[in-house]
Amino acid sequence: MTTAPKPTTAPKQMHLAAHFPGVNSTTVWADPRSDSQIDFSSFEHLARTAERGLFDFFFLAEGLRLREHNGLIHDLDVVGRPESLTVLSALAAVTDRLGLAATVNATFNEPFELARRLATLDHLSAGRAGWNVVTSSDAFTGENFRRGGYLDRARRYTRAAEFVATARELWDSWTPDGTPRRFVHHGEHFRVEGEFTVPRPPQGHPVVIQAGDSPEGREFAASAADVIFTRHGTLEAGRAFCADVKGRLAKYGREPDALKIMPGVGFVLGDTDAEAREKASLIRLQQVSPQNAMLALEQVWGRDLSSYDPDGPLPESDPVPDSELAQGRVRHGDPLAVAARWRALSREKGLSVRQTVIEATARQSFVGSARTVAAELAEFVAAGAADGFVLVPHLTPGGLDDFVDEVVPLLQERGVFRSAYHGSTLRSHLGLAEPVWKG
Amino acid sequence: MPPIRPLHLAAEIGGPPLYDPGHYTALARLAEGGALDFVTLGDSFARPGPDALAVLSRVAPATRRIGLVPTVTTTHTEPFHVSSAVATLDWVSRGRAGWQVDVSTTGAEARLFGRRPAAPAAELWREAGEVADAGARLWDSWEDDAEIRDTATGRFVDRAKLHYVDFEGATFSVRGPAIVPRPPQGRPVVVVDGTAEPARQTAARHADVVLVRATTPERTASIRSDVRRRAEAHGRDPDTLRVLAALTVDLGDAESAPEPGLAPMSGPPLAAHGTYYRGGPVDLAELISRWHRAGAVDGFHLTPITPERDLERIVNGTVALLQHRSLFRTFHPGGTLREHLGLARPACRYTEGAVLQGDLA
Ligand SMILES: Cc1cc2nc3c(=O)[nH]c(=O)nc-3n(C[C@H](O)[C@H](O)[C@H](O)COP(=O)(O)O)c2cc1C
Repeated sequence: MTTAPKPTTAPKQMHLAAHFPGVNSTTVWADPRSDSQIDFSSFEHLARTAERGLFDFFFLAEGLRLREHNGLIHDLDVVGRPESLTVLSALAAVTDRLGLAATVNATFNEPFELARRLATLDHLSAGRAGWNVVTSSDAFTGENFRRGGYLDRARRYTRAAEFVATARELWDSWTPDGTPRRFVHHGEHFRVEGEFTVPRPPQGHPVVIQAGDSPEGREFAASAADVIFTRHGTLEAGRAFCADVKGRLAKYGREPDALKIMPGVGFVLGDTDAEAREKASLIRLQQVSPQNAMLALEQVWGRDLSSYDPDGPLPESDPVPDSELAQGRVRHGDPLAVAARWRALSREKGLSVRQTVIEATARQSFVGSARTVAAELAEFVAAGAADGFVLVPHLTPGGLDDFVDEVVPLLQERGVFRSAYHGSTLRSHLGLAEPVWKG
Repeated sequence: MPPIRPLHLAAEIGGPPLYDPGHYTALARLAEGGALDFVTLGDSFARPGPDALAVLSRVAPATRRIGLVPTVTTTHTEPFHVSSAVATLDWVSRGRAGWQVDVSTTGAEARLFGRRPAAPAAELWREAGEVADAGARLWDSWEDDAEIRDTATGRFVDRAKLHYVDFEGATFSVRGPAIVPRPPQGRPVVVVDGTAEPARQTAARHADVVLVRATTPERTASIRSDVRRRAEAHGRDPDTLRVLAALTVDLGDAESAPEPGLAPMSGPPLAAHGTYYRGGPVDLAELISRWHRAGAVDGFHLTPITPERDLERIVNGTVALLQHRSLFRTFHPGGTLREHLGLARPACRYTEGAVLQGDLA
């Protein structure tokens, strides 16, 4: 284990974002404290808490089709959510400094309209808008859209890159003193010409975030993103990821600090480390019910395993590759490799299906007393495993309360997190330069 | 003479393009103070101005009762996204959302997207009707009690209460169900300017509120009857429609203008946002009560020429007078836009035993 290098100057500052716990098995909806995932009051509560904690931004994920399993709508997790940019516009009214970042797919949108909606949000929030550019492009999702169909792996990122470039041309098409100018973009994916309808956003360009782990995704992030939202939440994986991605920046003429890397991480706090660990295992049991465990198993194996027992052993046979059993879910890795990893884990520790799923899918990276968690978060950043974190609470909407009340003050004490907002824009919180106007 | 129906009033708050939310919030609060049914915010890709739905969403937490009706166009947008965004406006405003449906007819707008060429208005309005239809089906695609949080079976939703819409239009299809659960109003209020063919056909079939631009009460009444007749032909109860006369209002600088009333000679007889009215707030109140008493309309949609100046005069002059004469309410008795308009919350068409209306079912 690497220890943090002794700081010679002021310690590195970390960035924090709050993920609204939405549509996935992270959310423990059966908890009596779990409230609506759709009422505005829930969004308001979490956003105000994040702002009280001086967070960089509030983050919303996106799904464009209800998930299915075995041809049936998935009914075990929280389902249903509002449309992100609309909620964030409303949140701009009840927050002052907090960045407001929406996940919006680049495949099922058009640059003119989306650039306009993002520029509007940036104006309505006085420079707090962020856009997480995702690229899922499967035919399943496409069934809800005019273009239907899907793009192959390579083309979804070329479209995303051209999409972001076009949006930036649109944002730059007004002169800084507020005169609209005609623009023309003729590219491989888009033919857009005319006059943009919104002046250059207060941030110049809203902050661009990328989430996607393939080499193409990493390259796209290195060339175009301000922030990466990643799943690499362990120290070793985080360091490797940071080194890889930051190493790609030079060829685009960018400094390592121009791209902030923020893994999505879970956390569980307790009065003592032992109490927190105990709470964490209870939460894992709630997140991975027997039904959820079987579902996770079938998603990897790609077929119906209803004859198996969640408390029994893993299947001996191999997964079906390219199965369409689970739809609308982001796939993580090659099923054969995942199955091999799960089998090894199960054999090594003698785990049942449910126990294996609990172990293998855990993203509770930070479990302990507030003091332990603060120390570990600081260590991650000092060790170059992350520039900050996207915190994913397991309760809506109060899941961040304890973190803000207990951990944030300790981070401030350590000098690794701000004690006041210094600027008013999301870019200023992230320490990102204003983009130069390219008129 | 038909019995006097409750009077409905709405105002447009868009003017020269502004990007400061404080401006829109102040206007919406002013209209709310006058107990107006709703404010509209026009929008188009063809001219400068912010995204109207986002602006009214920004206004929502800063207001409590007033209905919020942005224009959202259907020609170059995605029906699924439009439906989600309007439903979300209903969620963030707790049941105060509407949607003014409009189309983009110009080649210039088409070139901003580069996906399809400009098309004739008739074709675009047919599509707009399909978008409104698909949107409403998506709003219905979650039954009101689809979320069950049943710990005994571990199910968050009852999937039997979620429905694929399988909508097949001429230019798009949508599988569904929606991502957004059914909004508080069941279906947000749909507004269409039904003055011209073929928008009128779409209005009669899909709108809750129809705007009419005409210079006389007689002409307005005849369009109103026509819309109601067409709605009935689609199997709708015409009493579930509200027809509002659209007036562009210039209240000038004087309390009472020298030549009050409609100005078909001096101004454009039909401005983009309705008959041009120039005069004082008192004469406007007279005109409103005269048309309304004559049974020509259910209410008015007023577009102030200069919102900051004229909306204040409308609320504190015209509306105050109408309230004084007991022709208009002094407060919002309900909380949702449907309640202001006296429109029932529609039953979900997929719920078993629901009473279905019209050929929309
Ligand atoms: C941390 C993280 C969060 C993501 N969030 C979303 C999301 O909210 N909505 C979505 O459609 N896709 C989401 N994605 C999926 C990515 O956009 C992308 O489609 C997926 O990771 C596959 O791309 P890749 O092969 O480059 O990893 C997310 C991915 C990651 C790693």
